[in-house]
Amino acid sequence: MYSIVVNLLVVKNNSNKCLYCGACVGVCPSEALTLKDTRIIVNMEKCISCGACVKICPVGAMSLPEKK
Amino acid sequence: MFDADKKVWDVIVVGAGPAGLSTAIDLAKGKASVLVLDRKQEIGCPKRCAEGLGNSGFKRLNLKPKKEWAVHEIKGAQLYSPNGKSVKQKGKKVVGYVLERKIFEKDLAIQAVKEGATILLKHQVVLAKRENEKVKLEVEVNDEKKTFEGKIIIACDGIDSLTARMLGLNTKNNLNDTDSGYQYEMTGINGYDEGCLHLYFGTDVAPRGYVWIFPKRKGTANVGIGIGAYEQKTAKYYLDKWIANQPGLRGGSIIEVNAGGIPVGGFLEKMTTDNLLVAGDAGHMVDPIHGGGIAIAFEGGRLAAKHALIALKKNDFSDEQLSNYTKEWYEQRGKELMKRVKGRHLLEQLNDEDFNYLAESLTMEEALKIGNGNLTKTDKILLFTKKLIRRPGLIKIMMKYFSDSGEEKK
Repeated sequence: MYSIVVNLLVVKNNSNKCLYCGACVGVCPSEALTLKDTRIIVNMEKCISCGACVKICPVGAMSLPEKK
Repeated sequence: MFDADKKVWDVIVVGAGPAGLSTAIDLAKGKASVLVLDRKQEIGCPKRCAEGLGNSGFKRLNLKPKKEWAVHEIKGAQLYSPNGKSVKQKGKKVVGYVLERKIFEKDLAIQAVKEGATILLKHQVVLAKRENEKVKLEVEVNDEKKTFEGKIIIACDGIDSLTARMLGLNTKNNLNDTDSGYQYEMTGINGYDEGCLHLYFGTDVAPRGYVWIFPKRKGTANVGIGIGAYEQKTAKYYLDKWIANQPGLRGGSIIEVNAGGIPVGGFLEKMTTDNLLVAGDAGHMVDPIHGGGIAIAFEGGRLAAKHALIALKKNDFSDEQLSNYTKEWYEQRGKELMKRVKGRHLLEQLNDEDFNYLAESLTMEEALKIGNGNLTKTDKILLFTKKLIRRPGLIKIMMKYFSDSGEEKK
């Protein structure tokens, strides 16, 4: 009845490193990221795993799982 | 507290930074009903900013430095080339200030409220849609959802602006035109002239950018970095590495950590759509060369207020009406911006040896003239025949820069 598609390559935010500056949100081409107060929310359905947020992040808080 | 959500506002400003607050002050002065929403719990904090504001900025904004927030006087600047040589220009006059932004912005907020604006914090806009020629904002407040209605929305919600995107205006940042910024406010440091701003260049120091020291008090300064987003290593990595090699800094304590993306590619081409204007970082209002944005955001906020007030008077909130804002902005700022964008591309093409050479052969005045695209024909001839003649590679880059920059012939 229901099909669940899980994007395994979705970007991740490490909240221990994150300074919630929102740079990642600013460069995300698919509006998959939102900054809510002190948290980065990742919309798994919208993330296209392009890595723009990983590149811009000043502190290395965003990461993509390694492709196998 | 009060029924902020029970009416239709003339203008709802999203984001209470320099752009949002300056726009709110002018709107309230113009007798519009203004609501300012901010997602954070505190105005002016955490800053994404090195807090420098030059006298030209104060002048343009007709703003007087107050000692509560204009905390440190700056009398010059010192630029360091990759080999450690530096050029310094410092006079007796104050040329700018380093601010305490959380006090500066609270001061602006107090002014806005005095003029009649209403401010609400911890209000996160989650949805924006047009309905009956107005905009409905769905806002998360703690665990509740509230709705606010406005005739005009001014999005001043920073680089992570989603409000404008929800209303169909693309404010996204191209990765190539965005710098990655990181900064410590440090105290217990020394070894630099506290009357100057200090900028350090070099591919090992800060690829496609620079490291800065902006003194804030005695022994205290904002020490930060901006680098191109495409670098493999993070801005934090480069700054930590640099500080570890600075005897006067490495023993200091960090009293604040800041980060941020910096839109350095030039202003957004289209800054309005129906019922919407953008200002500040959300409209990419940042200087492409030095990455500063307080003065520009402030100016943008004011101009947005002017055009919102005109639209309210005409009761016309269409893009056609509001787009006069973009037009006037480009008339005022466009030409200068194009020069600055070219200047940035020039800087990006210079390698470490070019920087070293220029630091040795140029005066600060000449460097500033080149950066601002303000060289006369005589200046150019002198530059090429006297200064660049020994570096053919540089001549090529400079020639291209000058032929691209389309300045008036003098």
